[in-house]
Amino acid sequence: AAADDLAFHEFEEAANLLAETPDAATTSQSDKLTSQEHVAVVVGSGIGYGAEGEEEDDKTSLLQDEKPQPRFWTFDYYQSFFDVDTSQVLDRIKGSLLPHPGHNFVRHHLRNRPDLYGPFWICATLAFVLAVTGNLTLVLAQRRDPSIHYSPQFHKVTIAGITIYCYAWLVPLALWGFLRWRQGTRERMGLYTFLETVCVYGYSLFVFIPTVVLWLIPVQWLQWLFGALALALSAAGLVFTLWPVVREDTRLVAAALLSIVVLLHALLALGCKLYFFQPLPLDHVVPAPQAIPPSPNVLLPSSVQPMTTF
Amino acid sequence: AEAEDSPGEQEATSSKPLFAGLSDVSISQDIPIEGEITIPSGTRAQECDSSTLNESIRRTIMRDLKAVGRKFMHVLYPRKSNTLLRDWDLWGPLILCVSLALMLQKSSVEGKRDGGSPEFAEVFVIIWFGAVTITLNSKLLGGNISFFQSLCVLGYCVLPLNIAMLICRLLLLAGQGPINFMIRLFVVLVMFAWSVIASTAFLADCQPPNRKALAVYPVFLFYFVVSWMILTFTP
Repeated sequence: AAADDLAFHEFEEAANLLAETPDAATTSQSDKLTSQEHVAVVVGSGIGYGAEGEEEDDKTSLLQDEKPQPRFWTFDYYQSFFDVDTSQVLDRIKGSLLPHPGHNFVRHHLRNRPDLYGPFWICATLAFVLAVTGNLTLVLAQRRDPSIHYSPQFHKVTIAGITIYCYAWLVPLALWGFLRWRQGTRERMGLYTFLETVCVYGYSLFVFIPTVVLWLIPVQWLQWLFGALALALSAAGLVFTLWPVVREDTRLVAAALLSIVVLLHALLALGCKLYFFQPLPLDHVVPAPQAIPPSPNVLLPSSVQPMTTF
Repeated sequence: AEAEDSPGEQEATSSKPLFAGLSDVSISQDIPIEGEITIPSGTRAQECDSSTLNESIRRTIMRDLKAVGRKFMHVLYPRKSNTLLRDWDLWGPLILCVSLALMLQKSSVEGKRDGGSPEFAEVFVIIWFGAVTITLNSKLLGGNISFFQSLCVLGYCVLPLNIAMLICRLLLLAGQGPINFMIRLFVVLVMFAWSVIASTAFLADCQPPNRKALAVYPVFLFYFVVSWMILTFTP
């Protein structure tokens, strides 16, 4: 009877532990079946539980190693990429909005559990918001100057979607491949997984969503100011996250890699600004993001353009 | 199939006079006879209600139309009921999607050459692809709703936006202007809120409580894009 009491007590304690750390017990359907084993693992490894942070991190990874990884053609495999809660997503967005040095986005917010929910829906939102605000800019321009002929430009949705998704997936792929190659030459380099890289890029694009909405204000210098601010925030987050990885490499490669990352980010922002927010009818505008300095200024002849030489 | 449809009703009808036709049918004793196979082909009046083989085509179509209409009413007056979830169909979504895409067509040749407004195929693809994406998203988040149930709900909840589109087309007949635009904006906003609330009432309960917002946000985005297409439409 004493042994039974002990076992029951142990299980209760484990249940309390589970209640305290909802993150540790994943909530998908298939895991509920195997939660018994998880409980045993938690009791065995986490008796001295009480602190959060690194310890919890270890435990989570331990639990994830425990269960068999589903095959990639099953639905469960993809379910593991969407295993996030609302509070986690909000926390990650907040982390991407407020970067500061030494604060690694992957280590502090992803914690070995990158999700695809954030990157996917942030990209979708950004694409649609870009298209909608791009159209609204034309409507506002028409309000000021009736000679402009406005018709809804639906193709902007397609262009924005293709651009954003290509950027948010192909650039992380290239970056990850490059880092893997560098890791082959130098032993001590750490590495992020491909999903973590995608996640970092996806969340770093979030800051552009409010920025794009703010670009509706038809004041040129204010638009450029908001754009520069958003770009600085987003690129800083990327650099702070990538720095611990590339630090081990040679100085030249590290500097080149980080500057290319920042440059691509700036090109994306600049391209969006110049293509979607050109207050002119399309007949007269050749959308060329490279041709920056001679910005057609027919509509706003008196406005100041301090940052066109960006 | 007939026997499975309404066993309760057949039990009620298998009273005395129904066995009249059975008297000359010989069945060997060792075959176990279930109660449900005893309905002979002789019962006419009652059978018209339960059989789909013998009824007229008009009656079949009317019954399906009535089911679709009942679901429309559920969307327009969303309350806690799972009729929309239990017997799903894709007729309503198809009708709504096609009518919305047709109404979004430009009538003039000049408008078509402009290439601005969404084509029929684009509207069609956005609605179906969007609904499939949202459904996959909610399934991946761990929702316990079947694929077609979710598609059905999302498709039926486009109905308020269809009404908004109809009103907008009527308003646009009166000509364009700022006041006209304000009225259209108001109508579209109200119908957009209606769509989101209706679909949320059906879909949100299928998610774990700490993930409801994650599942509802894509629905919001989806209806937002559809309402934007409606609002910016000019004939």
